[in-house]
Amino acid sequence: MDGSEATRPDLGPLVAEWRAAIGDEHVITHRHQLRTYESDGLLQYAVIPGAVLLPGSTAEVQAVVRSCHRAGVPWVARGAGSGLSGGATPVADGVLISLNRMRRILEVDLDNQRVAVEPGVTNVAVSQAVGPDHFYPPDPSSQIVCTIGGNVAENSGGAHCFKYGFTTNYVTGLELVLPDGEVVQVGGKELDPPGYDLVGAFVGSEGTLGIATKVWLRVVPKPEAIRTLVAFFGSTSQAGEVVSEIVAGGIVPGAIEMMDNLSIRAAEDYSRAGYPPDAGAALVVELDGSEAECSARFEQVVGICEQAGADSIRVARDEAEREVIWKARKAAFAAMGRVAPNYYVQDSVIPRTRLAEVLGRIEELAREYDVRVANVFHAGDGNLHPLVCYDGRKEGQAERAEECAGQIVKACVDAGGSITGEHGVGIDKKRYMPAMFSDADLGVFQRLRCAFDPEQRANPGKVMPTPRLCGEVPGPYRRHPLEQAGLAERF
Amino acid sequence: MAVATAEGVVDALRRAGEDGTPVRFRGGGTKLGWAANRGEVPVEISMAGLDRILEHNVGDLTAVLEAGVPLARAQAAFAEADQMLSIDPPDGGATVGGIVAAGDSGPLRSRYGGVRDLVVGIKVALSDGTVARAGGKVIKNVAGYDLAKLFAGSLGTLGAILEVTVRLHPLPPATATAAGGTRDRAVLGRAVSKLSHAPLEHMGLDVRWGGGDGAVLARFGGAAAREQAEAAARMLANEGVEAQVVEDDDAIWRVQREGQRSPRWAVARISARQTDLPAVFAATDRLGGRLAGRAPLGLCWVKLEDRSPQEADAAIDELRRDYMVTVLDAPPDLGADHWGRLDPGARELMRRVRERFDPAGVCNPGAAP
Repeated sequence: MDGSEATRPDLGPLVAEWRAAIGDEHVITHRHQLRTYESDGLLQYAVIPGAVLLPGSTAEVQAVVRSCHRAGVPWVARGAGSGLSGGATPVADGVLISLNRMRRILEVDLDNQRVAVEPGVTNVAVSQAVGPDHFYPPDPSSQIVCTIGGNVAENSGGAHCFKYGFTTNYVTGLELVLPDGEVVQVGGKELDPPGYDLVGAFVGSEGTLGIATKVWLRVVPKPEAIRTLVAFFGSTSQAGEVVSEIVAGGIVPGAIEMMDNLSIRAAEDYSRAGYPPDAGAALVVELDGSEAECSARFEQVVGICEQAGADSIRVARDEAEREVIWKARKAAFAAMGRVAPNYYVQDSVIPRTRLAEVLGRIEELAREYDVRVANVFHAGDGNLHPLVCYDGRKEGQAERAEECAGQIVKACVDAGGSITGEHGVGIDKKRYMPAMFSDADLGVFQRLRCAFDPEQRANPGKVMPTPRLCGEVPGPYRRHPLEQAGLAERF
Repeated sequence: MAVATAEGVVDALRRAGEDGTPVRFRGGGTKLGWAANRGEVPVEISMAGLDRILEHNVGDLTAVLEAGVPLARAQAAFAEADQMLSIDPPDGGATVGGIVAAGDSGPLRSRYGGVRDLVVGIKVALSDGTVARAGGKVIKNVAGYDLAKLFAGSLGTLGAILEVTVRLHPLPPATATAAGGTRDRAVLGRAVSKLSHAPLEHMGLDVRWGGGDGAVLARFGGAAAREQAEAAARMLANEGVEAQVVEDDDAIWRVQREGQRSPRWAVARISARQTDLPAVFAATDRLGGRLAGRAPLGLCWVKLEDRSPQEADAAIDELRRDYMVTVLDAPPDLGADHWGRLDPGARELMRRVRERFDPAGVCNPGAAP
């Protein structure tokens, strides 16, 4: 080993063990190579891991996790590294376990509408594998690169989750490597298997309970019809009223997305989708379902937009026009580069009925902190993505932007919302956890963590705002030796 | 023990935890005959006093309910705003908290998911006096662990559910059901498979089987319910199942739900797959049962009518050779365990979870993994 190898000297003896277990070429210790993994999609955080391990099978994941368990080495699992909360930020005194080599679709069982995949399979590959008649509904914007393993960790959503739900509503089974190296299967293809819903507990646990090495997913028939329109309004509050009207009308759109003027202008410069640059708000509404239901409901939506005084309404007549409408929405994040060199993206959620009030508060905050805030959001479920723009090269701007972003999160929680709708807590939002949860609440989260990972080696330092110990299981209940031996059961 | 407030429940549970006295939580008392609730416990904590609808946020399609609110009362309140909680197990006075703890579900499950999918926030009390919340009041939220899912279906073995926040859906303005029958298991299996794979937005796609005779029920709701039911009836006809469209369909579905419960006989819930359905129909005939099931989900409830406890035990054993089976209603002399044999690794993990949540081991201990 030369001087450029593993940053943590005591990992040295383990390196040989890992090389033997998963192959020399799958153990990365050179510093310049390790740098590739220093951040996930949230570049504000960068930590060079002690080593990067790329196991290629459940047995190899088990081997490296077991060896970390024995040696007391913490680890962080990573999929595509496209997460936006720093959830896959490495730890310097531990290893990063990349699941990117595990990218096989193991089984497509369309008869039962199930797919079994390894964690490194991309989100979009699942829909491709079950097309053209079926699809996998959760569709995060990063779906071309993000992996199912990462989606499971983050409970990823997407534009269509108001109607279709989130990752957690589609995972029916998991094969897990637990932090002590044991492999267990929870759930499978079937629903409601006997016992606790550990699948439900694991999805969204942000890599702190173990590593999913096999994932069973439910897929659903593609809707018969899709109708899409974009309507332009003078203001976001006017568009917000329309959202409320649509929902009050008993309509559950497949997607309902809003952009404010700043994001419209930025996205239009970038995408040339034909959005009027002076519009105060753009509302993309997409209905899907059976032909008959869709047509009836779509007329209702057009009527609501007209009655609310939409400046103009564009209805997609075919798939190409639908793609153009979506192009601007999907370009919104990337287009922010034209507004400012850097931005903070927030992921707060509010009850939809508080939209106008919270957007007003965001405007005030932007003025107060002298930053520009663009708003792009999943309006159906109240998931805001305020983009706080700043120039990191200018003294103090990054700090101001961060503070403003923090105040926005607080305003959303005060309105009865959440600090994160789909990006996860990770490192970035753990400081906001106490705004949403009491000490007792956090203590109960910790109980679940301790049941899976009493030594807290899995993704340490994430989610929880302050470190907590696990300790021994308290209380009088101890399993009887006969019970432990499997000779007796406790009733 | 009847307690009128959440504080009363918290106190009673903490005292039981301190003394090591086993307790059971009672909602509407509709599932006391379940296998999971077999055996006496010294203390029963009634949740009936926790019966307030704390919030109904009409514009946000959410509600916060105390655990002891009867489902029927909550539904009546939501219906006034043309909304519903998309949970419809056979009712008979069951409370929201009891339904969540039991993980019970009905025909709406095929479209809207189970209680695990509709509870977005939960408040619980643990046996050491801890009171905590998880989740939130918005439908989209990934902050913290999803403890609502852990408690859903945990049969009161982790702690007391005090309060749940649920997602609501619009109540469809009209419904219509395509209903058809056949005596051919394979034909019924193919017909429901066809509908399960079709781009129809049903709000229930169920099967019935018993005594060599079966039926399919496909329900639609919305602005074009009848057209959709007619389309489904045509698809069924193409598969060899003659079907009628019924617009006044509440009674049909009430009967279907009742197929999941019995005050007298054992009821087994089978976690099967869609493709297992014809074989499950055959097993139902062989064992002399009657089946109600969710075709797209593969979930089936088999009622073992007129079977002695010994015969029912033998039938459940036989089903467990091929399927995962949870025993729900259980006559007094039935011996079968509610969950049966769990995978040893998963069971160990469940026990570790329980040790952390209920270290005193007092919460409905007979049902624990």
